[in-house]
Amino acid sequence: MTRSLAVHAGLLALLLALNWLLPAYHQGNLARVMTLAIYAIGYNIAFGYTGLLSLGHAMFFAAGMYGAALPMRLADLAIGPSFALGLLAGAALALVVGLLALRTAGVAFMIVTLMFSQAFYLTILLLGTWTRGDEGFVIPAIDRQIAGLDLTAADTRYLVAWALFSAALLISLRLVHRPLGRSFVAIRENEERARLLGYDTGRLKLWSLVISATISAASGAAYATLFGYAGASFAGVQYSIFPLLWVLLGGAGTVLGPFIGTLFMFYLIDLSSGITEAYMLIAGVVLVLLTLFAPGGIAGEIRNRLWRALP
Amino acid sequence: MDFGPHLLLALIEGAVLAAVLALMASGLSLVFGVMRVVNVAHGEFFMLGAVGSWIVAHQLGGGAGVWFAALVAVPLAVGALAAAADMTILKRLDYDPERTIVATIGLLYIIQQVTLMTYGPEARPVAAPWDMRIALPFVERGEAGWQFYYPWGLSTTAWKLIVLVASAVVIVALRLFMTRTRAGLVMRATQLDGEMATAMGIPVERVYAAVFGLGAALAALAGVLIVPIQQAHYLMGGDALLLSFIVVIIGGLGSLAGTIVAAVLIGLSDGIISVFFSPTLAKILATLLVALVLVFRPQGLFGTRAR
Repeated sequence: MTRSLAVHAGLLALLLALNWLLPAYHQGNLARVMTLAIYAIGYNIAFGYTGLLSLGHAMFFAAGMYGAALPMRLADLAIGPSFALGLLAGAALALVVGLLALRTAGVAFMIVTLMFSQAFYLTILLLGTWTRGDEGFVIPAIDRQIAGLDLTAADTRYLVAWALFSAALLISLRLVHRPLGRSFVAIRENEERARLLGYDTGRLKLWSLVISATISAASGAAYATLFGYAGASFAGVQYSIFPLLWVLLGGAGTVLGPFIGTLFMFYLIDLSSGITEAYMLIAGVVLVLLTLFAPGGIAGEIRNRLWRALP
Repeated sequence: MDFGPHLLLALIEGAVLAAVLALMASGLSLVFGVMRVVNVAHGEFFMLGAVGSWIVAHQLGGGAGVWFAALVAVPLAVGALAAAADMTILKRLDYDPERTIVATIGLLYIIQQVTLMTYGPEARPVAAPWDMRIALPFVERGEAGWQFYYPWGLSTTAWKLIVLVASAVVIVALRLFMTRTRAGLVMRATQLDGEMATAMGIPVERVYAAVFGLGAALAALAGVLIVPIQQAHYLMGGDALLLSFIVVIIGGLGSLAGTIVAAVLIGLSDGIISVFFSPTLAKILATLLVALVLVFRPQGLFGTRAR
């Protein structure tokens, strides 16, 4: 426990120090990676720890994004309450979707979440008068101020992204050591047995989905407020596939995996999009190779070969 | 136009969509039925059919002969590609349902993006080999009782009728293949019990590869048929995949007859809805409906509960 805490605290300290070490371009990139890694951390709680393979998490991400951005745009709400509304929107959506979708399992669950997410995406397009559909809208810089912090400045943005990422990472780390997190793993490993031991697996899976969706929504809300943009493309199928890809690449069911996967994939796509516009090809190849050769991902392989106690 | 002729027009559009959907969805349903895996890359095989048809037409020029060549050669090529993908990727995953979906998502992006890199981002039309418009009559109560007349704008192309006939022929052929031939018998035996089939000396892995190829070939065939109506584009697989998912789920996963009925139902209602209502709202309602069907009636509207 102490050793793992040291590793995670070390990573966070390193990321904090990088704010002053990195050139501006990479500083901006890493702020984005940390924001998106929150999404991956959220996805990992449902997929990696509870074994709920959802293909529709983009709806939770987008619920957070629009839940925060729309009140700012339409009702001139301050950034703090808007952010909270984003989280609430994600949690409420997860509660409704979970109550319906969790009646299914496995492949049916994947398709049902995909369908709900698609319906959510189309709804955003339908409400184009307010959401501006695919084009999206920019949140003006004047609104992106909180407690004297100017979120449009590169340094502040990085530090706020770092703080939110640290919070998500520590929540995730704490959760997996708690009985609640342990019971999620029990469901992943053998749901029948968990039920036989007296766990209310239906309720636990709903909890897992709601926690996962709330963290994903936090990422969406953070993205909207930090980078000042909300668009329907963030609700599309591609953004449901991305967290799956990040978590698989980094290592499903590990605390650090989501961040490692997001970082690798972000730079892989960043580099390859300089060469070709067909950058999603890389994503496809990585997905196939991962399922074939390294289903555990990077952190999973480390856990298998080097350090069995990696949380 | 009055309401009546308008409705007839919508029905014809719907019937064409239904025909193409029935081909695509029976491929998806076949793969799910026999192999118990969901092929997310199915829409891309449809796209490859359309793009392949454009390539053949572009290389060899138009004409009925070339078109027949494309109709045979393109699905064969796509089927071979899919069978190869099955043997190199899916076989190694032991057809684990969840890992297979992830792998086919990867396959989806690979096919789509390679097409983008080679064929390009443009939507390209293929001329129909027989370009002919047929005006359709409609009945009206005139002074001399009921009589036929030809309302302005009520017409269809010969091509759309050919699509309808060709799809019906292929589906009947598929049905006969599954019920009357030895290969079909082997596939059905594998579907019922893969382990027992292995024990009886059926090369299950080869059957799986063949089924995966056949499913992809059906999607490609639908692509070849649709391309004179809808242009070939590298992103056309997405919507097609979603619609065939809807059809297969409503029809009951793995049931061929249910799939056909559902394709007709979805195709016709989509044709009518998109002529008279906002297409986005229609799509939202259809998607939600399908999700709820899957939640409350996982065996589909026409399927029977799995044993």
